[in-house]
Amino acid sequence: MAHNGHQRGGDDDDAIDGDDETPTKQPRSDDELPASCRRSEPDGEAAAAGGRAPSDGRTSNSTARRRSDSVKKTRPPFPWFGMDIGGTLVKLVYFEPKDITAEEEQEEVENLKSIRRYLTSNTAYGTTGIRDVHLELQDLTLCGRTGTLHFIRFPTHDLPAFLQMGRSKHFSSLHTTLCATGGGAYKFESDFRTMADLQLHKLDELDCLIRGVLYIDSVVSRGPSECYYFENPTDPDRCVQRPYTLENPYPLLLVNIGSGVSILAVYSENNYKRVTGTSLGGGTFLGLCCLLTGCSTFEEALEMASQGESTRVDKLVRDIYGGDYERFGLPGWAVASSFGNMMSKEKRESVSKADLARATLVTITNNIGSITRMCALNENIERVVFVGNFLRVNTLSMKLLAYAMDYWSKGQLKALFLQHEGYFGAVGALLELLHPS
Amino acid sequence: MAECGRADSSSTTHTMDKSITLPPDEIFRNLENAKRFAIDIGGSLTKLAYYSTVQHKVAKVRSFDHLGDPLYEISEQEEVTARLHFIKFENAYIETCLDFIRDHLVNTGTKVIKATGGGAHKFKELIERKLGLKVDKEDEMTCLIRGCNFVLRNIPHEAFVYAKHADSEFRFQTTHPDIFPYLLVNIGSGVSIVKVESEDKFERIGGSSIGGGTFWGLGALLTKTKRFDELLQLASKGQHASVDMLVRDIYGGSYGSLGLTGDLIASSFGKSATADKGFSKEDMAKSLLHMISNDIGQLACLYAKLHNLSRVYFGGFFIRGHPVTMHTITYSINFFTKGEVQALFLRHEGYLGAIGAFLKGAEEDNPNQYSWGENYAGSSGLMSVSPEMNPMQRARSGTFDMLEMDRLERQLVNLPLLQDPSSYIPDTMDLTEDALAREYWLSCFEEALDGVVKRAVASQPDIPEAIERSEKFRQKYRHKLQTLRQQPFAYGSLTVRSLLDTREHCLNEFNFPDPYSKIKQRENDMALRYYQKAVKSLEQLSWEQRQFALVRGVLAGNVFDWGAKAVSDSLRPALLLQGPPHKCALFFVDNSGVDIILGVMPFVRELLSRGTEVVLASNSGPALNDVTNGELQILTERIAAMDPVIQAGLRDDRLTLVQSGSSSPCLDLSRLDKVLAMVVRERQTDLVIIEGMGRALHTNYYARLSCESLKTAVIKNSWLAERLGGKLFSVVFKYEVPPGKPSQEDSSAPSTPS
Repeated sequence: MAHNGHQRGGDDDDAIDGDDETPTKQPRSDDELPASCRRSEPDGEAAAAGGRAPSDGRTSNSTARRRSDSVKKTRPPFPWFGMDIGGTLVKLVYFEPKDITAEEEQEEVENLKSIRRYLTSNTAYGTTGIRDVHLELQDLTLCGRTGTLHFIRFPTHDLPAFLQMGRSKHFSSLHTTLCATGGGAYKFESDFRTMADLQLHKLDELDCLIRGVLYIDSVVSRGPSECYYFENPTDPDRCVQRPYTLENPYPLLLVNIGSGVSILAVYSENNYKRVTGTSLGGGTFLGLCCLLTGCSTFEEALEMASQGESTRVDKLVRDIYGGDYERFGLPGWAVASSFGNMMSKEKRESVSKADLARATLVTITNNIGSITRMCALNENIERVVFVGNFLRVNTLSMKLLAYAMDYWSKGQLKALFLQHEGYFGAVGALLELLHPS
Repeated sequence: MAECGRADSSSTTHTMDKSITLPPDEIFRNLENAKRFAIDIGGSLTKLAYYSTVQHKVAKVRSFDHLGDPLYEISEQEEVTARLHFIKFENAYIETCLDFIRDHLVNTGTKVIKATGGGAHKFKELIERKLGLKVDKEDEMTCLIRGCNFVLRNIPHEAFVYAKHADSEFRFQTTHPDIFPYLLVNIGSGVSIVKVESEDKFERIGGSSIGGGTFWGLGALLTKTKRFDELLQLASKGQHASVDMLVRDIYGGSYGSLGLTGDLIASSFGKSATADKGFSKEDMAKSLLHMISNDIGQLACLYAKLHNLSRVYFGGFFIRGHPVTMHTITYSINFFTKGEVQALFLRHEGYLGAIGAFLKGAEEDNPNQYSWGENYAGSSGLMSVSPEMNPMQRARSGTFDMLEMDRLERQLVNLPLLQDPSSYIPDTMDLTEDALAREYWLSCFEEALDGVVKRAVASQPDIPEAIERSEKFRQKYRHKLQTLRQQPFAYGSLTVRSLLDTREHCLNEFNFPDPYSKIKQRENDMALRYYQKAVKSLEQLSWEQRQFALVRGVLAGNVFDWGAKAVSDSLRPALLLQGPPHKCALFFVDNSGVDIILGVMPFVRELLSRGTEVVLASNSGPALNDVTNGELQILTERIAAMDPVIQAGLRDDRLTLVQSGSSSPCLDLSRLDKVLAMVVRERQTDLVIIEGMGRALHTNYYARLSCESLKTAVIKNSWLAERLGGKLFSVVFKYEVPPGKPSQEDSSAPSTPS
């Protein structure tokens, strides 16, 4: 989100093709009693926040207009943001109303308009901010308004630039509540206040995470299924991604792989516990890769890993026993010692950076797999959902996790993944704005 | 994942270094009688095990046929006992060692050598060629578990908890009578987690590929430091917070709702992706160490929880004597189990594979049928490999570490009358934890050394080379004391008992089996002459007076004429023998001479007269001037000849003499002769009397028994008397009745005569 780089479209004063200014062609639906706000309302077709979606959660045109002052009052003013400030990345979800009436358009203050234009007309912000266009949810009804949910991320170390932008755009004049979760909501609270004159509404990250997962899974029905798994995970040739319906999801082990890892056992929307966590997470993968290969971004590290060979770095069971260690049922291909070959000077000199990146990825991923499997056994849970930005564009790790869960549990455990990987905390924060729990 | 998948690293090449000169007779001891070899070759260290017979002198007493002076004959005879030798050295020395063994092996009937460890196949050809023995490979894990069971069963204070910031870093655990089930986490290049349920039943329930090899391999890549030890050195000096992303780096403080404090690591190496500057080697090594230790600890906890196990032992080269890794693993286990599980480590962890391989090869000798004891004289003891903790340590390279275990003649078991065998701790004072007491006793033993040497020489007046041996003894024991000053934890908890036992082991080592034999003989002779007189004078006393006099006699020991009035003022010992007689009394006796003959025997006589059966337990082997079972047999016969009460007792089998199984001036009630335990049970023993400083004060002062007990001693050490709040020659007379039983008297000690 740093503002020092090239921007496609630029700021609000830039010419914009006007798409985002076009009021929605659909009838305004802001007077509906949206399920996400009023889940008890019978005519609300939209998904209950965090609950199960009985049907398509998107725009419902048919509902009669019943604009009431009370609804207006309970609905927060725009802009609607949810923010998750993690150790490495800031995740931002932004709801862009597409059903703005001309009247509303006129009433809309300049500052709000400029923010909307800026966010929706760009897919990259500064050098490091990115909008994940492929993840955006269109025609979504939220609190009676229809629009698009956008998913944006930028590195946490660029947060000052983001705050600077908020200041220059007079964000604080909008009197909005900024719902934020993640550790950064606490760490940077005073920065938000002093640098951008913004008051944060701080939320617990695990509450938000679970709320976000359940909500997104309930509202996505078009396009690729939100939840998926890998069929035949132990057979590389036949391993394919398949949609999975997360019906009766409980109990569920939710593994959030960000910089570090948190493992939650979820028994219902409001009943969960953090089982454990590990400090060997995405931050470890990237950190070690940077030190070992000189790379500097996650994408770079993944790219290298995809070209490397971990078996040159790791010591396998067969390297020690010449084959399987049958007495203990260990196959020869299993890793006996991660980086074990690197004890030898000759081998250290013969490996490539790509090999090291691959070994780092495999080490971190398998370790998360082992800890998860043990937690699943201890908690007696058979379904595991992996989320978090470590899995973004990281099919290697997802397949490895799918494999590890299946192989070591002899098919008992199923590894599930979600399309919106790292954004659930931010979504949960947004839901809190719209529907305070 | 594979357990001790050993590192075959460049730093541990096995280049044959012929120039090394070994001090062989100090290391490969008793090689000429060696039979049965086993070898465990790891990534950098080789462990050799062999069984040998040791010929050494033992003191024997034999009764003369005629009555008179002296009353028995003392002789020193050669006796052959069995000993296990274990030697640990760097792989670089293998060839030199094999050559030495070949040259000194005399007439072993052995045709095979049991081998285990990752390096076994690499050296197979070399071993077969050098020794002419066939290498017979044994499964590593099986050997490891066998060895682990063996040390847990036979070495008291084998397991310990590591506490970096405590007064004593090593807190030794009392041996639990039932060692199963337990979890063994072996951290070699990978990690194996093994659940052990019985001697033969164990299962590898899991593991991890992130282990010692990961620390070493990744550490070498990150810091360009090649050696494992150096990496640990780096780690011990580093600060991980510059490399790791902590909870406070994300939250600005703690994550309160989850109870995660700010200094917890949220993401290992999490800062290295964004930092502009490089990191110091030390900091990266530290971060890596934390990452790996925490990960292993977490997995171990998850497995322990799943299998409901609370005893978790850690071993493997990652742990082996390294305070740094023991600390981080301990921290991790404590964190993940919220203190419910303690990480346990083993003193002889490095030897487990070799011991196990040896046991596999010795199955026909049934080694598990015997009890074994660590020989303090021949064992190096636990050495910390951390230089800052161990300034005395020689350069690690070229260090030979040894463990010797003696096969005990008898099988040792718990006293059946212990209230709670699992919590029984023999020793009253732990000198590992009490620095003041340690200093006092170490100095005390050092000062006494001259006297002991003199006495040893005097005990063998006709043997000229005794002087030379006595000097060797002096050197060895002094060295042990110096080692213990630096590393009080070398042989488990340091106690007065271990100091005394070490001295006995060293004396035996240099063929001084019984330096006090002549003194004992003289005192026994003398005391016997007064026996009848003493008994007669006792019989003339009123019942009550007699009770006082009897107790006085027992207490007095060698301070026979000690102030009687004071005793009667402070104690009411008569109550002990009031009321219905006991069924059977077990009496652990102390000194020769006046003590046993004029103190204990009249008391025994009184017990017998009351209808109480008596079991007299005395040492199996000599220690100081304590009466041995052999001597007591003769003495009792002599007394029986003079005293019809004693005679009848022996005749009717109401007075029984048993061996304690010990050769120590102290007493470990958890390691007693099996026969003694049997007799105690059969006779329904309901009173235990423990006599003397060594047995009732240095040890067993706090021992809780399930029947009535009396611990009695005279404090003949002013420092100790002061420590206990009394004066020199204070009396300990501790009569205890277990909860739930009617108490006649409960007077505690020490009581000081006015």
